[in-house]
Amino acid sequence: MKILYFAWIKERVGFGEEDIDLPAEVKTIDNLFTWLRGRGEEFEAFLEQPDIIRVALDQVHAPERDTSLAGVREIALFPPMTGG
Amino acid sequence: MAEPVIKIQVQHADFDLNDEIRQLTAGRHDIGAVVSFSGLCRDEDGTLAALELEHYPGMAEAEIRRIAEQACKRWPLAALVAIHRHGKILPGENIVAVIAASKHRQAAFDGANYLMDFLKTRAPFWKKEHPKSNTEGEWVSASDSDDSALNKWD
Repeated sequence: MKILYFAWIKERVGFGEEDIDLPAEVKTIDNLFTWLRGRGEEFEAFLEQPDIIRVALDQVHAPERDTSLAGVREIALFPPMTGG
Repeated sequence: MAEPVIKIQVQHADFDLNDEIRQLTAGRHDIGAVVSFSGLCRDEDGTLAALELEHYPGMAEAEIRRIAEQACKRWPLAALVAIHRHGKILPGENIVAVIAASKHRQAAFDGANYLMDFLKTRAPFWKKEHPKSNTEGEWVSASDSDDSALNKWD
């Protein structure tokens, strides 16, 4: 699985992209957040306010936290958007 | 009516709004209205040195295209163009342009307005402000007024 991080989340994590084998129990976005928290302080820090984190699966917004990750190749985590 | 022309560009390079309008209308006799919007980098009363715009390559283009396609379903548009810059942008420079063309003015006004409203809250771009006083810079917070701007399209 490719995981991408953007903006201040990328800065807190320390990198913008990783390729990782997710454990079988990580089936939804919620599961992913729980699993990421266990990976270290930098992940815990950006997930302190999980409600503000936006998620895209294969480059499409995924607003529901119970969305399945089955068949997904690319997950992106980012703060609310401020373009335009 | 012919299929609407949709053109989406995400680039660092600057653009020329008048050139874009000329290209859009060249050889077409069915367009009666062109509405354009451009967003520029403000200097925040002289305090801002530069903006840095990060984006999600691939999704940025795809998401703006999805919004443009929605707009074309809602209004009879002849063409819709969106250009969004990324990277370092200085005060006075262009950040974004939206151009909507249609037979009559209302569709062009509404199409441009709709595309801009959704682009601001759904297209994956993030602004970092670099003040003159602080080289580190600060990420811009999302604004509630941008979110509530969407309500008028319900």
